Amino acid sequence: MGRYVLRRLLQLIPVFFGTTFLIYYLVWAVPGDPFAGKCGDRRCPDSYIQFMTEKYHLDDPIWMQYGTYMKNLLQGDFGQNFSGRDISDILITAYPNTLKLALVALAIEALIGLTAGVLTGLRRNGFLDNLVLVSTLFLIALPTFVTGFVLQYLFGVQWKIINPTVSNSPTFAELLVPGFVLGSISMAYIARLARTSIAENRRADYVRTAIAKGLPQRRVVGVHLLRNSLIPVVTYLGTDLGALMGGAIITEGIFGINGIGRTVYRSIVTKEGAVVVSIVVVLVLVYLLMNLLVDLLYAALDPRIRYE
Amino acid sequence: MSDVTVSEPQVDTSGRPTGRLLEVDNLRVEFRTRDGVAKVINGVTYHVDAGETLAVLGESGSGKSVTAQTIMGILDTPPGFVTGGEIRFQGRDMLAMSAEERRRIRGEGIAMVFQDALSALNPVFNVGFQIGEQFRVRRGMSRADAKKRAIEMLDLVKIPNAKQRVNEYPHQFSGGMRQRVMIAMSLALDPQVLIADEPTTALDVTVQAQIMDLLAELQRERQMGLILITHDLGVVADVADRIAVMYAGRIVEEADVHELYAKPAHPYTIGLLESIPRIDEKGQQLRTIRGLPPSLLKIPSGCPFHPRCPMAQPVCVEKVPPLLQLGPTRASACHFAEELVSRD
Repeated sequence: MGRYVLRRLLQLIPVFFGTTFLIYYLVWAVPGDPFAGKCGDRRCPDSYIQFMTEKYHLDDPIWMQYGTYMKNLLQGDFGQNFSGRDISDILITAYPNTLKLALVALAIEALIGLTAGVLTGLRRNGFLDNLVLVSTLFLIALPTFVTGFVLQYLFGVQWKIINPTVSNSPTFAELLVPGFVLGSISMAYIARLARTSIAENRRADYVRTAIAKGLPQRRVVGVHLLRNSLIPVVTYLGTDLGALMGGAIITEGIFGINGIGRTVYRSIVTKEGAVVVSIVVVLVLVYLLMNLLVDLLYAALDPRIRYE
Repeated sequence: MSDVTVSEPQVDTSGRPTGRLLEVDNLRVEFRTRDGVAKVINGVTYHVDAGETLAVLGESGSGKSVTAQTIMGILDTPPGFVTGGEIRFQGRDMLAMSAEERRRIRGEGIAMVFQDALSALNPVFNVGFQIGEQFRVRRGMSRADAKKRAIEMLDLVKIPNAKQRVNEYPHQFSGGMRQRVMIAMSLALDPQVLIADEPTTALDVTVQAQIMDLLAELQRERQMGLILITHDLGVVADVADRIAVMYAGRIVEEADVHELYAKPAHPYTIGLLESIPRIDEKGQQLRTIRGLPPSLLKIPSGCPFHPRCPMAQPVCVEKVPPLLQLGPTRASACHFAEELVSRD
C-alpha cells in the first residue's frame, strides 16, 4: 500500500510538468498583445512596454519563460500580474470561493442524487422512478447557463427568496442555489448511476443471503445492498470535485461569484498568462490528488482490490 | 406420509423441539413470465422431522430450489407467486404469517446454506462481520462479543486459525473453506431446520465429501432437521434418511433411502439410478434417461414423465398419477408403482 501511494505520487511529477507546460504554451500561443488597451486610448509608451517585457521576460523563448516560472513556482512564488499584484494573493481570494461552491454542489448532488437513485433503484417503474428518469433527462439536456439563469430569475427576481448575486466572500447558505446549478448535471448522473447500481445488486445472491439470515429489511438495504452499490457512485463523486471546480466558470459568471472561473476568464481576455497558468496549476494538483484519493478509497470500499 | 399436524411443538429435555418441524403441504408456485405462466411447483408435499435428513433429489428445473426459496421467503416476486398450499413450521402456516413473524423464523427457526458461497457471501464485509452480525442484530450482542462468537462458529466448522481468519474476506478463502464459512453463518442462531441447497455442487470432489461429512456431523450433534437439495444421487446415499425425488414440480417418489436404492418405485428414479457411473461396468456406455426435462411453460398431459418413460402406456398420457402410499415410509406417483415394487 505504502509503495503504491509512493509510486502514484511519483507519477504525479511528469503529469504535473506536462500539463502545466501545455497550458503555459497555449496561453502564450493565443495571438494578441498583452499591453493593448493597458494605457487608456493611447498606445502604451515604448519605454513602458520595454520595461514590462524585460520584467516579465516576454522576449525569452517560451520554454525558458516556462523554466523561469517553474523555478519561482517551486520556491512558492507565483509571480505578479501585470498590475503588480501578487498572484498568490489572487489565488487566496478566488480559490476558497470556488472550493466552497464546488463543495456545496458536491453535497447537493450526493444527497439528492443518491437518495433519488436509491429509492428508484429499489422500486423500479413506479411513479417516482418515472419522475426521476424524466427530470434527470431534463437536467442533463439543459445547459448550465439555462438552469442558472432560470433559477436566478425565479428565486432571485420573481420570488425574491435569494439575492440574484452573492456577496464578495459568500457563505454556504448563499451558495445553495448556485451550488445546485453547478451540481445539477452531475446530480442527474449520480441518480441514474445509483439507480442502476442498486437495481443490479438488489437481486444479488448476497442480498438474498442477508434476507435468509433474518435481518430486518432496512439493514439488508442500508448495509448489505448500499455498501456494494455505493462503490461506483463514490468514485464518480470523487473525480467530480475537480471537474466542478474547473467547470464553475458559467455558474460563477451568472451569480457574480468571485472565484477562479471568473478570474481565469478575465485573465485570458487580458492575456494575464501567469495568472491563468497559476490557477490551472492548482486545479491540476486538485485533480491529480482527488484521483489518487479516489483510487485509495476504492480499495478501502472494496477489499477485493489490493494495491501492491 | 402421515396426517398428524403438530399444534404444540414437542420439546425434549434440553429444550429442543422434537417431532415434525417443517411440513410443505400441496405447495404450488408459478412464475409469470413474458412467455407465459410457468408452473414451477405443482403440489409439492414433504416434511422433515427433528434429527432427520431429507434429501430432495431432482434435475435442474425440477423445482427443488424454488421450493426451498419459498420456504425461506426469498422467492423473487415477481415473477414467482405462491398460488396454493401451506408451509407449516412447528404446526403454524408460514404463508399466513406477517412479514415480521416470518423474518424471525429465518436464521433461528430455518436457516439456509447456498450453493455458491462466493456469490452468497457479501464481498465487501469480512466473514467475522457477516457471522457476527446475526448475534448483534438478533441477540443484541456487542461488537466484541459477536466477534468472539463468530470465532467459535468458525472453530465449529473446523476452519484452522479461526482467530486470524475471522478478519478475512470471502475472496481470501478457498472454495471448501468458504462453504464452511457459509455453514457457520447459517448455524449461528442454532436453527432447528437447515436447508442446504446443493452445498457441494460448486466444490472439488474431494472437498465435497468433507463438507457432506461436516454437515452430517453437525446435523447429528444438534438434532436438526436437514433438507439436503441435490441432483447427485451419490452424494446423498450416505447422509440421507429419506429421499424425495422431484420431477416437473412434483414429488414423484418418496422413500427411505435404503428402500429407494434397493427397489425404486418410479421409472424416473430407476433411470436416475441407472445413470450413475459404476466402476464394475467400466468400458460400457453410460446409460442415460432419454429426452429432456419438460418446459415448465408446457408440462405434458397426464404423467409429466410419460414422454421420456420406457414403460409409458396410454393411461399415462391421460391421467396424472397421484402420489400413492406404498408402505409406511414410501410413496410413488406412477400408475405402475405396485408392479415395480413387486417384481424382482
